Amino acid sequence: MSARAQYTRLPDGRRHFHDGPIDLILQAFGADDAVEAAYAAAERRFASVLDELCNELPLLRAPSTPMSPTPEGRVARRMSRAVRRFEAFHFITPMAAVAGAVAEEILEAMTGAADLARAFVNNGGDIALHLAPDERFSIGMVGSPDRPALFGRATISGQDATRGVATSGWGGRSFSLGIADAVTVLARDAATADAAATLIANAVELPGHAAIVRRPARELDPQSDLGERLVTCDVGALTSAEIEAALARGAALAQRFVDLAGIEAAALRLRDQIKIVGAGPTLAPRERELIHAQG
Amino acid sequence: MTDAVDDKIRCDACPVMCYIRPGLTGACDRYANEDGKLVRVDPHVLLDRTISQGGPISAFAKDSELWSGELVKQPFVTAIGAGTTYPDYKPAPFIVSSQVDGVDMVTVVTEGIYSYCGVKLKIDTDRHLGPECATVRADGEPVGHITTGEYGSQMLSLGGVNHLTHGGKKEGRVTCETLLNLSNGKPVELTVDGGASVVVEAGKAPIINGGLEQRMRVGCGSATIGMFARQWFGKVDEVVVVDDHITGVLSEHQAGKLIGARDTGIKMKGRRSTPGRYFHVAEPGTGWGGTNVRDPLDIVAGFNPKVAWPGMTLLMVSTTGEQHAFYRLDEALRPIEAELPDNLKESVERITENCEPALCTVLFMAGAGGSLRAGVTENPVRLTRSVRESLTTVTAGGAPVYVWPGGGITFMVDVSLLPRNAFGYVPTPAIVAPIEFTLRLEDYAALGGHVEEARPLEEVVRRHAERTTNVFVNGAIPRAGRRAS
Repeated sequence: MSARAQYTRLPDGRRHFHDGPIDLILQAFGADDAVEAAYAAAERRFASVLDELCNELPLLRAPSTPMSPTPEGRVARRMSRAVRRFEAFHFITPMAAVAGAVAEEILEAMTGAADLARAFVNNGGDIALHLAPDERFSIGMVGSPDRPALFGRATISGQDATRGVATSGWGGRSFSLGIADAVTVLARDAATADAAATLIANAVELPGHAAIVRRPARELDPQSDLGERLVTCDVGALTSAEIEAALARGAALAQRFVDLAGIEAAALRLRDQIKIVGAGPTLAPRERELIHAQG
Repeated sequence: MTDAVDDKIRCDACPVMCYIRPGLTGACDRYANEDGKLVRVDPHVLLDRTISQGGPISAFAKDSELWSGELVKQPFVTAIGAGTTYPDYKPAPFIVSSQVDGVDMVTVVTEGIYSYCGVKLKIDTDRHLGPECATVRADGEPVGHITTGEYGSQMLSLGGVNHLTHGGKKEGRVTCETLLNLSNGKPVELTVDGGASVVVEAGKAPIINGGLEQRMRVGCGSATIGMFARQWFGKVDEVVVVDDHITGVLSEHQAGKLIGARDTGIKMKGRRSTPGRYFHVAEPGTGWGGTNVRDPLDIVAGFNPKVAWPGMTLLMVSTTGEQHAFYRLDEALRPIEAELPDNLKESVERITENCEPALCTVLFMAGAGGSLRAGVTENPVRLTRSVRESLTTVTAGGAPVYVWPGGGITFMVDVSLLPRNAFGYVPTPAIVAPIEFTLRLEDYAALGGHVEEARPLEEVVRRHAERTTNVFVNGAIPRAGRRAS
């Protein structure tokens, strides 16, 4: 058992689990005893997750190729499986799916321990969902952590295939090669959504643009799996046409993932423009508010 | 410990073991490299009293008239997660000013890194945990010692600078972990050299040698005789309340004499202190009344045949009423165990009923050193004096503290009054605990405070309320930060 892991009940009933770099917000809905059993199972499972991942960090930080060995740990296998779908498209390491994979693993511990109407595990924006057939979740999309305004929303019902939601962007905690403010992906599982969101956000790009400040990833984090690749540190002024061009690159990759790699839908946002790819459930931009229309 | 590699430092707060460059944070966004030192940079917790479900947290201002009623509508900025640097050569992370009823108040909010800290444990039990001064261990490492036996409780002192810094590396780490877990309300298993093993958790009953302690004694054996003598009179000829400290004997005790109890000729083992009060009837242990006794007759040396009589009845009971036995003397004046008569059951149950639930309580104790005080004012000793003169109120995570008289600012706080997980640690090893100093702005200026660093309360609340994540689920804002991959 990890003595580090911390489990907190938030005032509104959600739980916050923390261990090292992992922060989970989770909630289960159902009968009281089922909910308690689910939280207990989640805590038990969470206690060793970080140690398991760290045991295999070198492998998980290495590029995924057809020759890559299969990792040992359950979460590591989820990561490996999720990024396999994408290795043909792009450089990717299993770390691209770590947040979603952890969320999935904890969610599975909860649903395996109790009969729940619905549940979510949110790992810093990468979310694994459980929904009974008649249940639904309403998900809001936010452009950047500093300005938590909704730019769109999605309603996911138990009838939909979507069980994973992930968001990636250059302002986030992990590095991005692209300039998207936020790319939100809906997929059948959270690990796949996580990896896809990372890659699509990387693809929202304007190569060589002077207003974009980039630095080698290793300068910022000596152990980054991105090595000497240039990661986005700041994005200056862009014209409307440039924004459109960058989003079009990302949207093209998103469309390929919808067609070939099993994601349901993606919403890409850069500055004031939004692009939606794929049908998905009901992924829709929010109607602009009057105050913005005036400006 | 941190290993320096070039200008990077390696963090060992968790198994990710990040190398962190100067000015940057590790993967967790909680630990950072600041000028070559590992520091913790959690977002601080804004404890909004109206939504805090952690029970009552006392007002922190000295003048309750100025603050009562107003405070519950105002968020109180606690030091939890405020972050700090060591030594505190820079102003404390948050110096917050707010105006209440026209009086400018300043709260200096910081997290102290305490190498000089520990916990005082009060464990409600009569059972013998170990001899005084015996070493207390966690995970095999010495982390503290047994101090005194108090009324119904055993006191333990854990931590302190010697265990944290002077022992081996593992000793320091285990001590730090033990203090952290106890302070954050988590259970910790301790073993006492030459004594018991005990699981301690703030606000819960202790588990001693695997058995859950139920009750805290109502009094010593002698006191119990005094309290219940009238209820026993006429129902039983002799009562012995078995207690490792002071065993009471009804017929000899002043309380028995007063109601006219007849001599029974009982001869006790141990040393008679005053009539009806015996010390050291057995060895300390985890049996009856904190002795090592399993069969209570072991402490009875016999009966004087000139005084005792066949058919005489004897009740033996422990200080918590949890153990009891009833005897009747046969023709040879040998005690033969018999069923407890109904009219005595009530008195035994009443002893139990009067015992409070056994609890473990944890007080965190630490000294705010000169460097921490320097984060509050340019002239650290003036802060000490200001606290002495009651111009400055000290709180920890919003909870009231007891400040020891004498030099320095050495305080104790009941950990159960702080929000959960208010304590942290740095791998130094040392405990990170919140501390707030609240005083009038004019007093703050007078003691050389960093007045220029003071920020209005609304600004602190506003700026730090923005730390939200990028996706809402179900309409609620998750607290955690950004992507973890």
